[in-house]
Amino acid sequence: MAVTETARSGAGRAVRPMRRPARPWNPNKRRKSKSLTLIMTLGLIYSLLPLFWLLVNASKTENNLFSTDGLWFGGHFALLDNIRQTLTYNNGQFVQWFGNTLLYVVAGAGGATVLATLGGYGLAKFDFPGKRGVLAVVLGAVAVPSTALAVPTFLMFSKIGLVNTPWAIIIPSLINPFGLYLMWIFARDAVPTELLEAARVDGAREWRVFFSITLRLLRPGMITVLLFAVVATWNNYFLPLVMLDQPKWYPLTVGLDQWDAQSQTAGGSPIFNLVLTGSLLMILPIMVVFLVMQRYWQSGLTAGSVKQ
Amino acid sequence: MTATTRTARAWRRGATVLAAGALAATGLTACSSSSSGSGSSSGSTASASDIAAALQKKSTITVWAWAPQTKDIVSAFEKKYPNVTVNLVNAGTSTTEYTKLQNAIKAGSGIPDVSQIEYYALPQFALAGSVQSLDGYGLDSLKSDYSTAVWDAVTVNGQLDALPQDTGPMALFYNKKIFDKYGLSVPTTWDQYVADAQKLHSANPNEYITSDSGDPGFVTSMVWQAGGKPYTVSGTTNVTINSQDPGTAKWAAEWDKLEEKGLLSQINGWTSQWFTALGNGTIASLVTGAWMPGNLETSAAAGSGDWRVAPMPTYDGTTAASAENGGSSYAVMKGSSNALAAAGFIQFMNAGDGETIFANEGGFPSLNSVLNSSSFLDQAPSYFGGQKINTVLSAAAASVLPGWSYLPFQVYANSIFPDSVGKAYEAKTDIAPAINTWFKASGTYGSQQGFTVTTK
Repeated sequence: MAVTETARSGAGRAVRPMRRPARPWNPNKRRKSKSLTLIMTLGLIYSLLPLFWLLVNASKTENNLFSTDGLWFGGHFALLDNIRQTLTYNNGQFVQWFGNTLLYVVAGAGGATVLATLGGYGLAKFDFPGKRGVLAVVLGAVAVPSTALAVPTFLMFSKIGLVNTPWAIIIPSLINPFGLYLMWIFARDAVPTELLEAARVDGAREWRVFFSITLRLLRPGMITVLLFAVVATWNNYFLPLVMLDQPKWYPLTVGLDQWDAQSQTAGGSPIFNLVLTGSLLMILPIMVVFLVMQRYWQSGLTAGSVKQ
Repeated sequence: MTATTRTARAWRRGATVLAAGALAATGLTACSSSSSGSGSSSGSTASASDIAAALQKKSTITVWAWAPQTKDIVSAFEKKYPNVTVNLVNAGTSTTEYTKLQNAIKAGSGIPDVSQIEYYALPQFALAGSVQSLDGYGLDSLKSDYSTAVWDAVTVNGQLDALPQDTGPMALFYNKKIFDKYGLSVPTTWDQYVADAQKLHSANPNEYITSDSGDPGFVTSMVWQAGGKPYTVSGTTNVTINSQDPGTAKWAAEWDKLEEKGLLSQINGWTSQWFTALGNGTIASLVTGAWMPGNLETSAAAGSGDWRVAPMPTYDGTTAASAENGGSSYAVMKGSSNALAAAGFIQFMNAGDGETIFANEGGFPSLNSVLNSSSFLDQAPSYFGGQKINTVLSAAAASVLPGWSYLPFQVYANSIFPDSVGKAYEAKTDIAPAINTWFKASGTYGSQQGFTVTTK
């Protein structure tokens, strides 16, 4: 936010010079602020350096990792070989973990989005007794980090025999109070009550209203929630760490950590090169998701910030 | 936006630590409250023939282990006993596994039949009654096959709780090339070691005699080697922590000379930076367990040919003395539905063919017959310039001082080490008072868990 403010006031100053002919202000032709560009460039380097480091080191063999300069390519360029090894190590364990992660993301984050959309719409557009209570519970739940719930959830799940199954990851991922809250606020502003009433007057049933009208209006919000949920589930580490002890159900986060720990034991076989390559492969899908969906996310984030 | 995300992440990280702590705490409370009956043997009496019979029956046992050699040991076991299927699970290394084990015990389900437990963590599980007593399984006759120190480590409160796999008798690993270059003599006393450290660092400020940024396992081992016995445990619940322990004071005073003068490299162990420094000689020596050679060979390959092994320096320079650093045992967990086959498995693994496989694949064995076999002693790895390092390391195993014991809540105590001693390392201040603080905090935790802790 602060950055936007500075940008605007900088642009304001640029308009001021008296000698220029009075032209209408054109936001696309703002003069660039040098200090701002510098700060942003530094920020960019700061953000990209770890990625660059990852790329550089994923291209090295295990031995070259320690004997060459960490910030530049060195020795044999082994990226392709590393990728091949990563995918085949331990009978394709990486591919299995990748599949698990996908399963948890599709079922967990997808399900969370559906539930949040249905719930948010219902809370925004229907009146029922106890709605304020629900609001209080949802807001309270937003404040509780899911990590803090992992242990109680574990004890509960172990009683009903769900630990060490994919359900132990999927079910907790379905609950997304923040998404519900976001959809609630979003639906309140994005879906005009008059439109719903008009549809009902025309004889549409509630499900029809939801699928034909509401769902289309809610799409930007849904995508925002989906992105949040996908990122959270993709990076989820603590819950699967607590819930699972069978490597065959591990997601990539816990799996890569286990590969990393291989070096920390007597007689261990360190595979830092595969851990690095695995990390690189792991962030690619999430980068693609972001690049493809970022415009939806932007519109989702700004929706509701301006009152129409 | 970024700011919130970052705060949220910091929050989550904080919460992780909290949750993990809470988990460990609940696990322990539950255990210590049920520990009343654990001291006595569980009444099961079985003999070697019962184990042999169980191994011929069709059954499946689940084994939690992270040691890389386990895979081949399991294959050999299944080949010899085709009726027993072993479900080998790597449930995490060290503390990760213990947390899961503690969770499973607390939940009462998903407990493996056999589990790899390091010596320092064994009392925690043994005194809580979570491991099956091996008394009466006919395994006590194996006592003479191991050194006293190793057998002590698997015998908690007079009860045999596990069988030992590897040991980590400590020795001095040093980079001969660097030692020669700077004219350092291989130290036999700690005073010489300190003198070497000074000489090396003043000759080249980038060079350090060793790295130590504060590690609880290292501290306890070093105190052990100094003849210290700060922890004593009697019965299942009585713990004494002696902050006046002379061995602790002796080590702290000696190590202080290195720590306060900044003669220790602050590179954290087991990181890529550390392995690089070991490979190129900026860390010139390591005082560590006998399991180190394999790690040097694979992860610090650049140092091949430069490294040598010498006995650990001592305080008087005459009597050899060493201590254990690391090392694992395998315990049969209580509640195992197939304890006999599980006992048969750990016997095969640690007192039978498994131990030879373990040694052949780079492990440092605890079984005397393997430890003293000529095929083991005659190994002359080129990484160590053809030195017969196992003769030095075997001698170290024989010189481990007896009588050491860990706290029955050592895993937790080690986790709070950074709060006190770790801070002293960071600030380069006196170690001794920081150790006292650590001992006190450990004792407080023990009392909260239902132990009767006496702090002297």
